[in-house]
Amino acid sequence: MGSLFRSEEMTLCQLFLQSEAAYACVSELGELGLVQFRDLNPDVNAFQRKFVNEVRRCDEMERKLRYLEKEIRRDGIPMLEIPGECPEAPQPREMIDLEATFEKLENELREVNQNAEALKRNFLELTELKHILRKTQVFFDEMADPSREEEQVTLLGEEGLMAGGQALKLGFVAGVILRERIPAFERMLWRACRGNVFLRQAEIDTPLEDPSSSDQVYKSVFIIFFQGDQLKTRVKKICEGFRATLYPCPEAPADRREMAMGVMTRIEDLNTVLGQTQDHRHRVLVAAAKNIKNWFVKVRKIKAIYHTLNLFNLDVTQKCLIAECWVPALDLETIQLALRRGTERSGSSVPPILNRMETMEDPPTYNRTNKFTSAFQNLIYAYGVATYREVNPAPYTIITFPFLFAVMFGDLGHGALMAAFGFWMCYKEKPLQAKKIDSEIWNIFFGGRYIILLMGLFSMYTGLIYNDIFSKSLNIFGSSWRNNYNQSTLMSNKLLQLNPDSWDYLQTPYPFGIDPVWQLAEANKIIFMNAYKMKISIIIGVFHMLFGVCLSLWNHIYFKRRISIYVEFIPQIVFLTLLFFYMVLLMFIKWTTYGPDPASNFNNDDPEIVKTSAYCAPSILITFINMMLFKHDENSRPVCDEVMYAGQMGIQKFFVIVALLCVPVMLFGKPYFIMKEQKQRARQGHQPVEGAAENGSAGGAAPPAHAHHDEDITEVFIHQGIHTIEYVLGSVSHTASYLRLWALSLAHAQLAEVAWNMLLRKGLMSTDFQGGIFLYVVFAGWAAISVSILVLMEGLSAFLHTLRLHWVEFQSKFYAGEGYLFQPFSFEVILDSAGQGEE
Amino acid sequence: MACKFCGPKLSLCGLVLSVWGIIQLTLMGVFYQIGAVALLEDLPLEAEGGHHSIDSFVATVEAGYRQNAINCWIAALLYVITLVVSGHQFWMNNRSSVSM
Repeated sequence: MGSLFRSEEMTLCQLFLQSEAAYACVSELGELGLVQFRDLNPDVNAFQRKFVNEVRRCDEMERKLRYLEKEIRRDGIPMLEIPGECPEAPQPREMIDLEATFEKLENELREVNQNAEALKRNFLELTELKHILRKTQVFFDEMADPSREEEQVTLLGEEGLMAGGQALKLGFVAGVILRERIPAFERMLWRACRGNVFLRQAEIDTPLEDPSSSDQVYKSVFIIFFQGDQLKTRVKKICEGFRATLYPCPEAPADRREMAMGVMTRIEDLNTVLGQTQDHRHRVLVAAAKNIKNWFVKVRKIKAIYHTLNLFNLDVTQKCLIAECWVPALDLETIQLALRRGTERSGSSVPPILNRMETMEDPPTYNRTNKFTSAFQNLIYAYGVATYREVNPAPYTIITFPFLFAVMFGDLGHGALMAAFGFWMCYKEKPLQAKKIDSEIWNIFFGGRYIILLMGLFSMYTGLIYNDIFSKSLNIFGSSWRNNYNQSTLMSNKLLQLNPDSWDYLQTPYPFGIDPVWQLAEANKIIFMNAYKMKISIIIGVFHMLFGVCLSLWNHIYFKRRISIYVEFIPQIVFLTLLFFYMVLLMFIKWTTYGPDPASNFNNDDPEIVKTSAYCAPSILITFINMMLFKHDENSRPVCDEVMYAGQMGIQKFFVIVALLCVPVMLFGKPYFIMKEQKQRARQGHQPVEGAAENGSAGGAAPPAHAHHDEDITEVFIHQGIHTIEYVLGSVSHTASYLRLWALSLAHAQLAEVAWNMLLRKGLMSTDFQGGIFLYVVFAGWAAISVSILVLMEGLSAFLHTLRLHWVEFQSKFYAGEGYLFQPFSFEVILDSAGQGEE
Repeated sequence: MACKFCGPKLSLCGLVLSVWGIIQLTLMGVFYQIGAVALLEDLPLEAEGGHHSIDSFVATVEAGYRQNAINCWIAALLYVITLVVSGHQFWMNNRSSVSM
């Protein structure tokens, strides 16, 4: 059983598979998902690989399946999800059956579609003809109407009249054109025929379906009257140019009626045939829809197997395939079992051979995670994958991440909202996963559901500590402060102070969290909370960083870098502890030493008591600065001691000097030892030349050590210099960086207060019962602001800052992060990514 | 029953908001009723300098507490109605999408 403490031990293995058994064995390994294959033919073109034909066939099958899927989706037929287990990859001989099935389905569908298109075209023509026959009735009536004769005359000009004195016989064409084109069409006709043609048009109300693009288009019926053949040819050419379809329309009304009836019957027939075609298509698609997901999975698995087989090398004897793969050492048994199953399934007699290989390469990093830990592991990996067998920060992140988030977010109400959201996502995990929702933002939130749940729960805890629920405080245990002023003082003063060095404060603190009285202290609540939160932030920060440095000890021990322990780890710990942990200790000393003394009945002038009263509490920051600068301030408060404890000045000087001495040790210690080692190796390197002839193993032992590269010594110095400066300056800057815990919690508290005061308070200011309705409305607005700004925006901001604190301040103390991920050949991964790629 | 006038998202929003509103407003009403000091600043009081004795101030404050408690409960009741309506819409939306 692996653990999260470090990444798993990996071995490079060589796998010998008999050619017949190869397919089945790879299929079993794909189901298992524990093996990462290396490409043994990196120089070979994709088209020259051994199994390129099979891959091509798989691609073809996938194309057909995608076409089928598109058609199914177009008709809106639901595709059944695969019930139960994913189907296994089918045998190679089944591939031919699958290909035949897909071919048949595709051909059938294409045929049906073509027929449908032809039928629709026919249907469109008939419909247009029907409209024409209907509308032209009106036109012909108008033409025969004698009252319109003046128009005719003016249109045809004086020549018409002079030619015969009677109305001339006009030829006509009738057709249908897109409505948008009518104005241009008219203009063109007018210009080309010099106004000698007469166009009437009427719109078709119902849109018609264009057969090729399946769009609904609006068309109009037109009829053009002209005289003479020349105009006829001209008109026909113009109609062609504007892609208007012309239809033969009989002149006589009786003929037209007959034609109309014929057209109606033909339309009915066509409708029936179209309906049947659609039914047939629907039936075919429904039958396909039942199995299509199944087929997709099978085809993708086959393709994946052949891709993997392409990575293998063919043995000299052409009988077996050789593969190289990375395998977690603990899983060798499972893999052997899988290989045995594969050989049994393929009916081959020769068992596959799995050999461990020695290698100097860096293995990939693999951590066994479950659905809970994988989210935190991914947070760590987003910054850099752990070096092979390095200490993994993930298990600690499970607690420190939500905790640091909560310190910045601390609000019982908002934490409860976040926890409720996280809880709903975790509770409804399976149904929500099965839904496969498309939205990327949702997938991000859903992937981090355990993180969100933990962040919410921890925020509820810190909300109780800060005593902040939607910016109000809860008085659960009874406040420890009392008002001892008399009425006249209360009446005449706007702001009054309660002195903790008196019976205003009951001398026993509020049992859990901040006293609720502070919510009423609008003048100095923030000043008080600042002092508290800043100290807390520094304390948490120093402990977090010390923990990080301690983790580096485990790395040094595991990688057998004994020198580093003495020359890197110890100076680092000493530096951090003597300076910053000492500051933390000063904070605790200040908290415990200085305060009121009730036994003395307050306001006592006894100098000993004054020295430990709040009046004499020193500023930690000034103390620390003076310590570092070896400065000595004048005592501005003569009744107070200059020091917090006896011998403080001496101890501080000692700490600073020792801490400063650590710096050259960090700077020069490691390069000095490396130089010593190199000189030793150089001396030893001359000897094996003589001893190689006598003792082969000794000669064999030296070269591998020599192969360990001899770095240029200046590079070592530069490298170490960078690390030391980074650490020393970083310790100051990172400690200050943890003050963002204070800053964000202050911002959150203030935003919550503003939201309540500016918004919800407005609903609580009415003096009669309609305030209830107003409150109902205002509450909705306040809730929306709370969720969008305080939970979402602040939550995202606190998440980001916590992530930064982990990645930079914590991990820079011990994490190298130069590994690469273990990416096993796994059908699950391939199917998931293919499924997502589709959508 | 009646047709649905909310889509699935609006009815879900209404549902969540109503649950939250009911819980919070009921609790706020209870806190106002018991005279929680934390809610002292959220009372309908007269303008500053409008009180000439502590007794009148105390009387206004207590009246304000009672009034706000009742207002909170009225609002909570309105949210119960919203809950019923939203829940009904949500159920209808779910039902129609399943029966499709």
